[in-house]
Formats: sequence, structure tokens, C-alpha cells
Amino acid sequence: MTPDDLLELARSITSQANDNEQMEVACSHGRSTSVKVYQGEVESFTSAESLGIGIRVLVDGREGFASAGNLSPDVVERVLADARDNARFAEPDEHAGIAEPDGVEAQEVDLWRHGVDAMSSEDKIATALELERRVVAADDRIRGVRTATYGDGTGAFALASTAGIEAATRSSSAQVAVQPLADDGERTRTGFGWDGARQPQDLDMDYVVDRAVSRTVDLIGAVKPQSSTVSLVLDPNLTATAIGLIAGTLSGERVLKQRSPFAERVGERIAADAVTFLDDPTDLESLGSDSHDGEGLACRPVPLVTDGVLQGFFYDSYNGRKADKASTGSAMRGVRGLPGPGVHALHVAPGEGTMEELIAGVDHGVYVFSLDGLHSGVNAVSGDFSVGATGRMIRNGQLAEPINECTLASTLQRMLLDITRVGGEVTHLPNGASTPPLVIGEVALSGANA
Amino acid sequence: MSESSESSPTLLEQPLVERVLEQALGRGAGFAEVFAEDTRRSSAVLDDGRIETLSSDHDRGVGIRVVNGESTGFAHTSNLTEGGLLAAARSAADAAGSGSGPARSDTQSDGRAGSGRESTMTIDPADIDKAVKVRLLQQADEAARATGPGTGGAVTQVSATYGDARRRILVANSDGVYATDDQARTRFSVSCVASGDTGLQTGYETIGLSVGFELFDRYDVEELARKAANRALLKLEARPAPAGTLPVVIGPGSGGVLFHEACGHGLEADLVRKGASVFADRVGEQVASPLVSIIDDGTMNEQWGHFAIDDEGQPAASNVLIQDGVLVDYMWDGLRARAEGRPSSGNGRRQSYRHLPMVRMTNTYLAGGDSDPDDIIADVDNGVYVAKLGGGQVNTASGDFVFGMVEAYLIEGGKLTAPLRDGQLIGNGPKALVDIEAVGNDFALGSPGTCGKDGQGVPVGFGVPTLRVKELTVGGTAS
Repeated sequence: MTPDDLLELARSITSQANDNEQMEVACSHGRSTSVKVYQGEVESFTSAESLGIGIRVLVDGREGFASAGNLSPDVVERVLADARDNARFAEPDEHAGIAEPDGVEAQEVDLWRHGVDAMSSEDKIATALELERRVVAADDRIRGVRTATYGDGTGAFALASTAGIEAATRSSSAQVAVQPLADDGERTRTGFGWDGARQPQDLDMDYVVDRAVSRTVDLIGAVKPQSSTVSLVLDPNLTATAIGLIAGTLSGERVLKQRSPFAERVGERIAADAVTFLDDPTDLESLGSDSHDGEGLACRPVPLVTDGVLQGFFYDSYNGRKADKASTGSAMRGVRGLPGPGVHALHVAPGEGTMEELIAGVDHGVYVFSLDGLHSGVNAVSGDFSVGATGRMIRNGQLAEPINECTLASTLQRMLLDITRVGGEVTHLPNGASTPPLVIGEVALSGANA
Repeated sequence: MSESSESSPTLLEQPLVERVLEQALGRGAGFAEVFAEDTRRSSAVLDDGRIETLSSDHDRGVGIRVVNGESTGFAHTSNLTEGGLLAAARSAADAAGSGSGPARSDTQSDGRAGSGRESTMTIDPADIDKAVKVRLLQQADEAARATGPGTGGAVTQVSATYGDARRRILVANSDGVYATDDQARTRFSVSCVASGDTGLQTGYETIGLSVGFELFDRYDVEELARKAANRALLKLEARPAPAGTLPVVIGPGSGGVLFHEACGHGLEADLVRKGASVFADRVGEQVASPLVSIIDDGTMNEQWGHFAIDDEGQPAASNVLIQDGVLVDYMWDGLRARAEGRPSSGNGRRQSYRHLPMVRMTNTYLAGGDSDPDDIIADVDNGVYVAKLGGGQVNTASGDFVFGMVEAYLIEGGKLTAPLRDGQLIGNGPKALVDIEAVGNDFALGSPGTCGKDGQGVPVGFGVPTLRVKELTVGGTAS
């Protein structure tokens, strides 16, 4: 279905709203393929078509929601009935409601490229096989891969509401990922390389191969380090991970519900002077760019921290009203879930220096390859941060032995203040973030007893 | 008035299933399978003192798998007309490629044709008035907020979530399997924030069983809420966890996640086959302390990882993985079992009809031992006691795993002393298994979990008695 078909369907549902009802309908249609290869053969080839609909109904400040993975008329009718029934049981809130038009013009962003549709099944398989072949051939120490995958998809999305908001967009995407294996006599080492783009022709295969291979073989011979206090050098991917976790605590919803360690600190210095970050979905170079948020409002830049000072929080329409502010166009959602505030396209402003220069400036530290267990090791309410890590020690500005079986610990609050340097080169990552490398001081490395 | 409960209509008529299988085998592949699913979920959320939203979701569709040698073609659709299903069957057949008839299928599944299970729940949540579910959330909120006067801190935020799911599946394949299951799951969780001079802290508790609304005849949501609240309040007085390598005692119940990560994933036959497991080629070897016997058991009635048939139509089974420290067997799905000429162990699972099945755990537990739990602690001079573990993660190839401590205490001179702030524990699976020095006689089942693998989440259960690991690395900040 085209975005216009979906919009037509959404309108046909909102037109059934009663006078006392607010209603918002989101629907989607997507096609995707995924190829996994192993040892020169296709392990699996999946072709999929997915439909989705989510309906939000509000009556007198009471909200109900229902969704389904199907757009047939009987299902849609049932979803609408369920959403209406669910609304009867929520408790009223004067701020509850769908988004109202705010006059901000959405920029034109076409997230669709023809390259996915132009790719044959044979070419998709060949891409995955080539990825595996190149990784295995790149270094004698690579004995194989766990998987090499190619995936792509195209999708259409539409949203309509009784407030008169309408949005209809289309998008396409392609990804490759590979996980090589290498043995060093004691353990098997793995690394990971991946890239994502709006079409397969824009994937950087050289980067994926190089990263997957180097992150694997550079761990050969890794040891458990002695516990000490270290500086961390984070590459753009891990900068996006770390600053992304912190940005997540600046959600207006978390602040209003007293779940943010940064509540009531607007205007205060919460980070080192060198730190500036914002959500900027209007940056067309970012893969996180978009025209509309999950409630159909225009995406816009949202300043979060400027020169170390907290500027404010990001909101969807409900939390914006509750905070006596406006939505910042930050609603995120899947069609089958409720919208909530989120960061579309994290942008960390660059400082100066290449990755090599950052490493050279560290006396005693860790160049981090991976942070593990983020879902269990980071508490976004208290700010406690403790995660598993692999990487290489840095001594006197030089990369030294690889390390594993250790943890890195601090708090999100301290890490922001302990950022000692921001690198100069921003990378636009497949996850939508645009970030430079970073150095964070004073982190506890826990390993063997000193 | 709540939505009416439907009797269980047939997901797909058998003659149609046969035609779809025939189409799927049309290019000469050796195996084809139809997986049909109809899942309804409902949930209700209380947060910030208010019932925020009730949600319902309905998912219905079919996944068709065609296996040709080692290549699998897969297509799924929510279009359940004959035309839609036959088109998906053709896509899956094309994706698997041309074959030369049945390949490597000399060991057929034992073909329990026609096996089926009606729902075992006694109270269908769909028959319960939504106002009753809402009232449970309000009771939990009130109980949590009433906790804590006199502790120096206060419970400042509570969220509670009710959720139920009813998942009906039908699996039919070209080996003669034709089976159905009707799976119910109900859960309830409470998350609290406590606030004091030391900042904010959190406490979380959840209950869940493969049952209907009778879950609440067994558990008291107010008690659950008080437990979550007390955990948050306790941590206001917690000190930073130590950094370094220490003896670790893990309390009964939730510590099962240790074995899920330390060895469970590494015993999944798909990872073993690719040499992506530290346990490859080690069957029959002593891989753990003789105190360790680990079982994966999909038959444990009502547990979170329970089912009658797995998502490939095989009956749930109880499988001993490690007996007295010796590696007995891996876990198997149909694909790996066929390739190796052996039966599936009933571990083929998938998140939904949109996903391919793979080897997954069910309810994984460490059998109880002989030691008195108090003695297990008393023998430690300087260490950590973990009363409640959070989630974990493992790299199966290297064996390195991490998991979070969400309630922990220092052990000093054989006694529990100060509570500790959240931190991560890290270890290496094969080493941790060998390092288990004591296993208690107080076996308990843990909280329901969701296990993620290659982007698919499935419900799993855990259980362990109190146990001690000689050393793990504690990811704190205090030296």
C-alpha cells in the first residue's frame, strides 16, 4: 500500500469519531527481506510483508489504545471497539490528549530511495556471501563467521487525527552485519561490523569488513586487567551509546515523573564545558532525520546541553502540556505502541583532534571496543553505571595489550562532568546519531585484584 | 462488561494446510512447515498515581518455512486467504531454492499427528472486568506508597503494569506433525523510586506464570509492591559496590540467570555447530563442579517458559544438560536435529509467526544441593551476597558473561552487612561453572524473564538454590 492509501484508511477511521472523542490513527505497511549466509551457503532467506494499525481514543481525558498486525476491515473494526472500551477504564487527566497542530512547518524529507526495489534476490544473496568471503580472507586468524547477513526493507506510514493532523511518509533501508570468529588457543574472540543506509548501494562494505576483522583480531591474547582508575577513549559508536543513555534521562516524561537525575537542573552546568549535544532530526545528513514525529508534528532541533549547561528536556504533546510547555516534536512510536518522548537524531558537537590524537593524549586508559550488559548495568534513575567491557589498554599515549573480563563503573552524572576531550571528526551512524570520539576520565576499571 | 471470551476456533482448516504444504514442497525441498498463530494481548499501566492507559493488541498470521539441505526459505503473511497462503508458500519455496527431494530426513520427527492441547487456564483474563485489573494496579500503588515511613527516605514514584497474553498456535509439517497449543501467560510488575539525601534509587518486582487470571489467587500484589518499595528504600543507604575479584554468594530464585548466561546459551546446538560456543565438542567431559546439575524443562507446568508443544510442534521435554558436572547433551531444534540424525529436544521456539524458529531455552534451573544456606554465607570472610539479580548477557564464543545486581550486600566475617548500590558482575562461563563451591538445599524458582537472541524475545523461567562462586569480578567503584 502507498502512504496515500494508508492515509485514506486512517481518515476513514477518524471520520467515525463521535463529537466527544479525540482519535488518532496510525497505520503502516512494510516489506522486507533478510539473507543469512554461512560457509558460502545461504542459511536462510526470509521475505516478509507486515501490516500494522494503532488507534488512540480519548474521551473526557481518558485514554484507550488498541492495535493489530492486520488491516482487514473486521480487524480494524475490532481495534476501534477495543480502543473505545479501553478508554472507559483509564483515569482522567486534564493534559491527556492527542497532539494539536502547532504551526511549525515540517521540512520535506524523503526517506525512500529506489535502490532497494532495484536489487534482485540474487544480488542480495551475493552481497551477503561477498561479505562473509571478504571477512574470512582478510586475515589468516579469522576461522569463520557466526553469521553474515544482508537485510533491507521499504515501508509506508500514515497518521491522521481528529485534531486535523495528517502525515504520510515512505522510507527504505538496507543493512549488513557480520560477526567473525578467531581463536587464540585460550578463547574464541568475536568482533562485530555493521552498516546501515537508505539503500544498499550506499553501504560502506570496506568499513564493515575492516571493523569486524580488526575488532576481532585485536582482541587475540586479551587478558583480565588489574583494577585501577582509567580514562576511556570512546569511538563515535560508543559515544553515541554513552551520550544516548544520558540523553534518555532528559526525557520530559522521566523528569515529570521524578525519574531523572537531572530534574530541576535546567540552566545549571551538568557537563564539562566542551560538551554540547542536541536532538537534530532536521539534519538531512543524519540517518535519523525525519519530517514528522510519532504524533504527526514537525520534527525540529531540540537543544539539550550547550557548553556543559542543561538547556531543557524533550517532550511529546502530553508531557509538554503537563510541564506547561509545548511539544518539542519528540514523540516516538511504533504503530502498535503508544507515542512517548524520545531522541530521533542525537548530535554531539565536535571539538578538536583525531582519534589517534585522543589516544596519544591519554596516560593511563582504555580504548573501548565494546560495552556489554547495558540493559542491566545502567540505572537511568539513580545514574549508576557499571558495564562489562573489552578493549585495549592505553599506556603513555600508546595502545597496549587487549583486555576482557572486566567492568567499567561510574555514574551518568559524573561521566558528563568527567569528559576531558571531544574529538573533531563527526561520524553519521546507521542508528541516526552523529557523534565524534570522546575521552572520559576517572572511570573505575574493575578486574584482577591489584 | 469486558470483551467476550471466544471459544477456540480452528486457526486453519486441515485440508487447506495440506494444500499449502504441497505448494511449499513444489520445488523439491525436503521439508516444509506451516506455523499459524493467533495472539491477543492486553495490558494496563498505572504510573504517577493514575491509571494511564489500557491497551489491547491482536496478531494473527502464518509463517511458512521450506528447508532444502542447509538452506531455509521463509515467508510470512497476515493474509490468511487461500491465495495469500499459497503465495507465501511459493515465496518460501523459491527462497529455499530447488532441491532433489527429501534431504537428510532419515530421522523423521516421531510425528504425533493430531496432538493438541486446550487451554489449561482456569480463569480467562478476557472474562474479567477491566475494572478489576485496574483495581489491582491501584492496590499495588497504595501499598508501595504506604511503605517506608521511618526509614529516612520516601517512596516518591510508583508504576505498576498488568499484562496478559493468549497465544494459540498450530504447527503442521511434511514429516507428519500436526499439533496445536493454547498458551496463556499473565504477569504483574511494580517499579518504585525512593528518594532521600543520597539521591534516587529504584526497586522492581515482577510475578508471572503460564496461567490465566488465577495468578492473583496465588500472589498478593500488595506484598509484591511492598517488596519493590523496600528494595528502593534500602538502596538509599547503600554504599558503592567494591571493585575487584571476590567470592560471590547468590541467593535462591533469581540467580538462575547466572546459569542461563554462563552456560545455557552455550549449550544451544545452533551456536555449538558454528563453533561459536565454548562448550563445543565437550559432551561427556567434566565441565562444571560435581555439585552442578542443570536441567532445561519445558514441561514445568505453569512456569513462565512452559508450553505443551514447542514452536515446531514437538512436545515439551525435560532435558538434563549437565549431570554432576558432566556435560550430557546440548539443546536441539528440528533443523539441527535433522542435520545430525537425532530427535529434537523440544527447544525450537520463535517470538511470533514473523520469525524463524531456533534453539531456545525454556525453564532452566540448577538442581538443589545439600548445604545449609547460612553455612554458605558463613564461610565467606570478605565477599558479596546477591539477593536479586537483574538481566544478563553472554558472548557464547568467549564465554564471558555479565549480569546486574539489583539487591546485594557486603559479606564481612561471614555475615551480611551493608547494602550495595547497583553494579555488574562479570565472569567467564566455563570458569564460573568449575568455581561453584557450594549449592544450597533451598531451591526456589525465580521471576519470569524474557530471553533475547538474534533479535527475538521469548519467555523463559529460572530457578536456583543459594550457591557460592569462588570468585567473580564485581563491577563497583570502591577499591
